[in-house]
Amino acid sequence: MRSQSTESESSATDAAALRATDAAGPRATDAAADDAVKNATSSGATDGHRAVDVQGVSRVFSGRKGASVTALDDVSLTVAPGEFVSLIGPSGCGKSTLLRLIADLDEPTAGQIQVFGKTARQARIDQAYGIAFQQAGLLPWRTVSGNIDLPLELHRVNKAARKARAAELLELVGLSDFAAHYPDQLSGGMQQRVAIARSLAESPSLLLMDEPFGALDEMTRERMQNELVRICGETGAAVVFVTHSIPEAVFLADRVVVMSPRPGRIRDILSVKLGDTGERGENLREEESFFHAVSQVRELLHGESPNSESPNSESPNGVRGVETR
Amino acid sequence: MNRSGRGTTWRRIATGALGIVLLCAAWELYKLLGPADGVVVGGLTILPRTSDLAMPHLWTMAERVLEPVTGASNAVPMWEAVLQASLFTLGISAVGWLVGVSVGLALALLMQRFRLAEQAVLPWVILSQTVPLIAIAPLVRRWGAQIHFGEFTWENWMSVAMIASYLAFFPVSVGALRGLSSPDAAHVDLMRCYSVGWWKTLWRLRLPASVGYLLPALRLAAASAVIGAVVAEVSIGLRGGIGRLIVEYAGAAGGDPGKPWAPIFGSVLVGLVAAGFVGLIGLFLRRFRRGEVPA
Repeated sequence: MRSQSTESESSATDAAALRATDAAGPRATDAAADDAVKNATSSGATDGHRAVDVQGVSRVFSGRKGASVTALDDVSLTVAPGEFVSLIGPSGCGKSTLLRLIADLDEPTAGQIQVFGKTARQARIDQAYGIAFQQAGLLPWRTVSGNIDLPLELHRVNKAARKARAAELLELVGLSDFAAHYPDQLSGGMQQRVAIARSLAESPSLLLMDEPFGALDEMTRERMQNELVRICGETGAAVVFVTHSIPEAVFLADRVVVMSPRPGRIRDILSVKLGDTGERGENLREEESFFHAVSQVRELLHGESPNSESPNSESPNGVRGVETR
Repeated sequence: MNRSGRGTTWRRIATGALGIVLLCAAWELYKLLGPADGVVVGGLTILPRTSDLAMPHLWTMAERVLEPVTGASNAVPMWEAVLQASLFTLGISAVGWLVGVSVGLALALLMQRFRLAEQAVLPWVILSQTVPLIAIAPLVRRWGAQIHFGEFTWENWMSVAMIASYLAFFPVSVGALRGLSSPDAAHVDLMRCYSVGWWKTLWRLRLPASVGYLLPALRLAAASAVIGAVVAEVSIGLRGGIGRLIVEYAGAAGGDPGKPWAPIFGSVLVGLVAAGFVGLIGLFLRRFRRGEVPA
């Protein structure tokens, strides 16, 4: 008797809920819910802060005998929540140094860095970002899923939650069948996918990537780029992506930051935004706008003077390191 | 993959056995064909005489092991005496190995943690191995004799174990230091990104990464501990071990050429057991010995 009555009660509430949905129109609610999710993932945790805010940062490495190298000189850059920014430049332009400074793996000689409104150090302690390096850097004695849940294990997430999260991420990077494999049984591309899954383990709102596809062959590389675009669309995370491949930078990014070496400076920032994240696909590589952006970046990279007049560049005055967006 | 794995295992065993057979054959062949007075070049004997006294037949040695130690009526068989002495020495070596490994690991951790400690300690660690055992054995014994806390008194076997550990700690400290510093910069950076402390980094990254370096060091330490124990038994004059037996039976070589060989085989046995034990440890840790294919 009793169970029957509760059952009828619950079905009554269900019906009420259904009616409410009907009234609002199912499509409208779905869209609203989607928006809510997007906000929660891309900017909910950020409270209107920029994802990354670099202000007047310099980094000088002091060598032996008083010789010092200026890796970065008065660099300023901001990254909005959910935005994909590529850093590109020749070797020695300080792009990796900049990434390491944002990650608090190194400290600036001058200037300030904030990540989601916190100091870089606090952001690191709070696990505000996920990171991936050129080398996958998987621990060879842990299985694929063991590698993915390493950060969760280190931060004392319980076992069931870890297992569920690892399975979810394996699904996301398409390696569900390899959960129990060891890294030495995987190809380079697969290892890198595991590393990306690991960087996403704690659902960070910011991903820092230091040439993650640098060691892969061209075919694998393009496939990984497509996947990264899809993954970023699904997670809504902001990305700072270091690369020295022009097509890669253009294909992936909303904005491409072109850097020049000795001392490392931002030469220009080019807004590409060739399509919404998630809508960019393989055919984008064939489009006119893509080639156009590629040649723009190339001109910026090869231009001797930082004031070189590039027609669609955002800072025609060549004010270095300043965004005019 | 499994089948080929088993195949190579069998081949390795066969190759090992073949090596022993070849050694035996070389011994007997030289004894048969070599000149009675040995090979002498310019007054220097470079190969031994082939008499039964200098080079007993292998079967003489084998037979001798089965006979009683002496002619006395209550004498135990030779193999029993040797086995007992071997066990005694093995026990002391094991204690020395454990102490040596602990000290070696502790030193390696200290040197990994503090650069200053590495600069201060490492030269002494290396220097320590240049001191001859014969010199420190009596010292250790004398110092030990002065130790008394309540019920505890220092015994001679402890001095022997101490000297065994003195030899054993060296490879461990050097090997472990290399192993603990072996993780890639990227791995260390990653741990920093996860903002985990030194201990967690040690446990999750440095120790597992050091296994590949640690196992050969442990094997070397086991061999060193056995050698240290045997030599220290002799120089301290401890009874009951294989070292003492080697010296004792060597005196009988004149009338009983097979006798000195028994304790020598005994010490080989101790070394094999020690190395086998480390091999067993390696079997348990084989997960940590997978090579990473660079991405």
